[in-house]
Order: sequence, then C-alpha cells, then structure tokens
Amino acid sequence: MGWLGRDVITVLDFTREDLEVLFTEALNMEKYAKSRLDILNGKVLALAFFEPSTRTRLSFETAMLRLGGSVIGFSGTEATSMAKGENLADTIRMLDSYANAIVIRHSLEGAARFAAEVAESPVINAGDGSQNHPTQAMLDLYTMWREFGTIDGLSIGILGDLRYARVVNSLIQALSYYKVKLHLISPEPLKPRRELLEFMSSRGMAYDWTDDPYKAIGDVDVLYVVRIQRERFPDPMEYERVRGAYRVDLKLIERAKPSMIIMHPLPRVDEVDFAVDSTHHARYFKQAGLGVPLRMALLKLILGGDHE
Amino acid sequence: MSSKKELIISKIRSGVVIDHIPAGRALLVLRMLGITGREGFRVALVMNVESGKLGIKDIVKVEGRELTKDELNLVALVAPTATVNIIRDYEVVSKFKVVVPDVIEGLIKCKNPRCITNQQREPIKSRFRVVSREPLKLVCDYCGTIHDLGDIEKSLGIT
Repeated sequence: MGWLGRDVITVLDFTREDLEVLFTEALNMEKYAKSRLDILNGKVLALAFFEPSTRTRLSFETAMLRLGGSVIGFSGTEATSMAKGENLADTIRMLDSYANAIVIRHSLEGAARFAAEVAESPVINAGDGSQNHPTQAMLDLYTMWREFGTIDGLSIGILGDLRYARVVNSLIQALSYYKVKLHLISPEPLKPRRELLEFMSSRGMAYDWTDDPYKAIGDVDVLYVVRIQRERFPDPMEYERVRGAYRVDLKLIERAKPSMIIMHPLPRVDEVDFAVDSTHHARYFKQAGLGVPLRMALLKLILGGDHE
Repeated sequence: MSSKKELIISKIRSGVVIDHIPAGRALLVLRMLGITGREGFRVALVMNVESGKLGIKDIVKVEGRELTKDELNLVALVAPTATVNIIRDYEVVSKFKVVVPDVIEGLIKCKNPRCITNQQREPIKSRFRVVSREPLKLVCDYCGTIHDLGDIEKSLGIT
C-alpha cells in the first residue's frame, strides 16, 4: 500500500514489508541526521502535544527541520484555546488547515484515530493514553535491526509496566510480524491487559511470563525496560504498591549474554541504575538518537519528499 | 399467527413484526431501533405471551415505518432469538433471523472511561467491531477495549 499520505495510528496499520521499507529509508537518513536534506521545503508539520514529551516531540521537530520543512504547534494546553474550552475536534480542524501533517499526543485512548477521522492531512500518533505509540515501536524495531541485522530469531525480554505502558502494546504488535521469543517480566499487578494477551494468542505469539528478571536475563538478546507509568494508575495507592518493584543493575546484567543489549524508551526513573549506562550493554541513548533518522524517514515517506 | 394472539393485537397492513423476542426485552428492542413512540407511527407491543420455542416471548409490531435490515439486525444485541417479518399489504414478503452486524455505531457506551468516545464535548459516536458472535465479543474501534455480553448488557441497561 505504500506510505504516501498515510495516517500512522497503530503499527498494525502497516505490514512487515512497509516497516522494512521504513528501516531501509532510516538507514539512508542517518547520513543526514546531523546535516540538512532539503526535500520537504515549504511543508509544515503541526505538533499537537496535549501531553508532556521530550524525545518524541523534539525528534519529530528535528527530523522536520533537517528535511527542510517547518514546524508549528504546542506542548501542553495552557497557552492554547483549549484552556478556554476548545475541544479536540476543532483544534485538529484548525491545524489541518494550516499544516501538511499533524503529530498528536493525547492522554485519552483513541484520540489519534479520532483526529485522523477529523483531519484530511495525515495524522501521526505520538502516543494516545495507554493504547499506542507506533513510531516508538518502529524506532525500537529499527534499533534491534541495526544492532543485530535481523529481528527474526531474537529472544526479547520486556521488563516493567506491561499493563499501562503504550510502548509495550505497540512493541508487541510490531514484533508479531517477526519470529521472536518473548519473555514478559513484570510485577503481578502490572501483567499485560486482556486485550494484549488476546492479541498475542490470536497471532500465535509464544511467550512466557515471570515476575523475576533473574529467571529470564540469561536467555535474552534484548532486555527492553519500561518505567512504571505512574500517571496512568487509576489509584495512587496501587502505584505505591509496585513502585521500585524492579531494577536493572550491574548484579542483574552479570548474568546476561555478552551480546545482550538493554533498551528503554526513556524517560527512566529508577528502573535502570546509572552504573549500567557505561556498560557495553546499554543502548537506550543510541536508541533515542536513532529517533531522528527514523522519523526523518517516516516524514519523507508520508509527505513524499524525493531525493537522489 | 394464531387467533389467540390476534385477540391481543390485530394484523398490520405494512411494516415489521419482530417475533421471538426473549420475554421482557420488547422495550429494549424499541430502543435498539431508535423508536421512542413520539414519532407518530403505530407501534404495538406484546409482552410475556406463550411461545412454542421460547416458553414465553415478546412481540413488537411497527406499522408505517420502513426499517432496513441493518437497523433490524441491531435487535440481535438484546434479542438474539428474534425473527423479523416484513409485511406489505397484510402479506409477509420476507422473513429472517436477526444477526449481530459487523459494526455497531452509537448504541453502546465504551466501558473505558479514558476512551475518546466518552468525551462529552467531542462530535464522536462510539463504534464497535464484532470480533466474535458466539460468544458475543465487541472491540471498541477507538481504544481497543474488549466488551463481552455482560458489558454490552450493562451499557444497554439490561440487568
């Protein structure tokens, strides 16, 4: 189906082949990630961040600027008319008339799909509630692909908040296109939701679950760590009960394969010890860095920038 | 139709007869069809009458309003056993058993309070895809939350 003019609402809107086109393009874009490639001159990208973000917003912004385009938008709703009570639909309609594409992050689930129904321009979901974060999953798979040259055959441990973290949802959806071994590791109350478990079984994905990272660490090629999503807990007491329940430290990674890499979508709170940063296992900062070429590739494919 | 039933309501000239509704669900059937009684056309309701198939059942008759098959299939959510008879000039011109449609819009409220469809001030209607009919399972098209029969009945006010 190709990428031109497409909305990016969930990873499942795309095929494995689409993802591989994106990865090849991202590899190509790495050459320009610190320079400039004027292929989106005159195009405007709207960043509608109703929820906080550092990496996703800035990497989209950087990507658009590196491609020669411009960026408009807001981060937080205080300085916009939403503070006066304007709704999402009207805000999106306005951005749609100003920009060539819209990147949206919102705290409510399904907000990005709704925005895509309202807007004529392509809408890119940069995170909606605890539902989806497709471009993060694309970046995560790209990082694995860059590191190992393949995704098929990898053993992947996902450690942390499997219940509320949208990146976990999107990552597992994306991994469903590949033959991987999945170890899910979380405290009992943060096990995946029924929707995700049913998705995995509908796709025939094999996985095991444990609450003890020591049991899985020796087998994994990738340890993907997510923080506990404090802001998504309906009950703060529930958060207090699981807070600090897991931690990746030097003691844990002693038992890992030498080639094992640790990924994290960031921000981290206390689930990865700072001492781990200087080990050869740490890839989370590199992963975040790849966010720019990956999003350059995405914008190029969607907005149709041509270059030699 | 037996003469016993005709004692209760007479035949209709043209419209729809929805038969084999589980007893006590006739009002919900009207709600599924969006019929409030204020539209002006004639509606007849029979509740708790004897049925060979169901023991007791409800029947709804609507006269003077054309209902599409898609509209009528929504009845399956609350009355999976219902059969529909389309009547023209006192004759049954078609008869079918309702089936839950593939997509259900606007009727059911998503149980996820953080779903965009539960925002009051957005021009949005709920939309569910049917992923299984037996057992009934719907998925919110916006937030992906799975709804079982119990959730659907709760949303529709069936206890």
